[in-house]
Amino acid sequence: MKGWLAAHAGGLGAALRRIGVAPLGSALNALVIGIALSLPVGLYLIVANLQTASRELTVTPQVSVFMALDANRAEVAQVEARLKKHTQISTYRLVPRDQALADLKKSSGLTDVIDGLPQNPLPDAFIIDAADVAPATLAALRDEIAQWPRVAHVQLDAQWALRLDAGLRFARLVATVLATLLGVALAAITFNTIRLQVLTRRDEIEVIKLIGATDSFIKRPFLYFGALQGTAGGAVAWLIVAAGTYLANLSLGELSHVYAALFQLRPLSLIEGLALLLTPAALGWFGAWLSVSRHLALIER
Amino acid sequence: MISFSHVTKRFPGGHQALQDVSFSIDAGELVFVTGHSGAGKSTLLKLLVAIERPTSGNIVVNGQNIGKLSRRGVPFMRRNFGLVFQDHKLLFDRNVFNNVALPLQISGFPGKDVARRVRAALDKVGLLKLESAMPITLSGGEQQRLCIARAIVHRPAILLADEPTSNLDHEYALEIGELIRSFNQVGVTAIIATHDQALMDQLTPRVISLRQGVIETGVTA
Repeated sequence: MKGWLAAHAGGLGAALRRIGVAPLGSALNALVIGIALSLPVGLYLIVANLQTASRELTVTPQVSVFMALDANRAEVAQVEARLKKHTQISTYRLVPRDQALADLKKSSGLTDVIDGLPQNPLPDAFIIDAADVAPATLAALRDEIAQWPRVAHVQLDAQWALRLDAGLRFARLVATVLATLLGVALAAITFNTIRLQVLTRRDEIEVIKLIGATDSFIKRPFLYFGALQGTAGGAVAWLIVAAGTYLANLSLGELSHVYAALFQLRPLSLIEGLALLLTPAALGWFGAWLSVSRHLALIER
Repeated sequence: MISFSHVTKRFPGGHQALQDVSFSIDAGELVFVTGHSGAGKSTLLKLLVAIERPTSGNIVVNGQNIGKLSRRGVPFMRRNFGLVFQDHKLLFDRNVFNNVALPLQISGFPGKDVARRVRAALDKVGLLKLESAMPITLSGGEQQRLCIARAIVHRPAILLADEPTSNLDHEYALEIGELIRSFNQVGVTAIIATHDQALMDQLTPRVISLRQGVIETGVTA
């Protein structure tokens, strides 16, 4: 066990020395890998953020029922009575048209415009929480209430969120495909880097083979080199995404003032960050292993 | 300790390097393999450490049949040998100390033993003061002694040298000869491929003489 650890420490040390010999080349390689990886990771982060937001919005899908503009109190009361009796409705709330206008004045800052209107353009409305929020039930409820007298329009508030969710699922698929492709590219880059290293170290490899080095002894520094390069690329990607998130949040902060709602991108979590370091490390190791196994076989001594 | 029985090596293309070669070497012997260029000296050494495999016949070292050794077994078998090369085969990207440390690192020696043994080996060949020098700055004789230090640092049972003095001045060659003699005197089996008559006169070894792949004299089959 101790010998095994020492052997791996030796391999890691040799790999670090190889990076130290060519610091600029190693840094550029890490940069290329990092930039490539930051694309799918950034996309993933945006999707994850929007998904969290849309999920919060869709937790309690509501149904809005708008009465006809000229519906009188008795007709509104009639609809209210039917809602009260309806088994699939858990709670409802009446928003009278005067109150709706007052709210709009307060929140939009369009006081002058609204004051200039000849009459209140808003109808009376009910906001309903359904007992069962399954999309199919909600749709049926919408169609049913829409048939009632003096009901002008019924809207599922969740509908845009459902559409957004479908869109996000697609974006997530794109991110996954992109990540897979770039993962393959990372392994390929490492394969090529290691191929060049094996060729330039051909003499050294021949000598240490002659004095009794096992294949694993020869391979280890190359494998660690691949893994370190992948990890460095992952770290660069993490930095890029963190910087991107920070900058995005700065400008989102300004937007939030205007819309009076706080929406901030969350940065990568620790677990996600570790995955961003370890996955490229594993891919780099794999690419290096493929390469060094293949090219060592060509130096058969 | 070492025995060749009816060993033939034919290279692809039909060149017959060794033909029906049989001999045996006891532990602690000092043996020279001589002959003109192309007589098969190098091939014989290469067969010993499985750089080449025999076309037919058996090579047994310490009870191991070298010709039938698996790929995985080869590195461990080679650790029984100390190899001295005509062209030294030093690694020029590391200093003298690290060149000598290489066989120990390969066998997984702990760090403090490595330093002790490396210095002992360097002392033995007279290069202790140059341990942090780069090999490229050494003279030909020093490079050859460095190669010998690397060959003996892990205390191998058998020292194999291929033309160890061919690129050296007479004086340097004598030093190398003395080094080989001193290792042989402490029980290391030494097998030297050479056509250096002076070295032979100096060490008075047993001689296996090859001519066109066949043994001429000195056979103890």
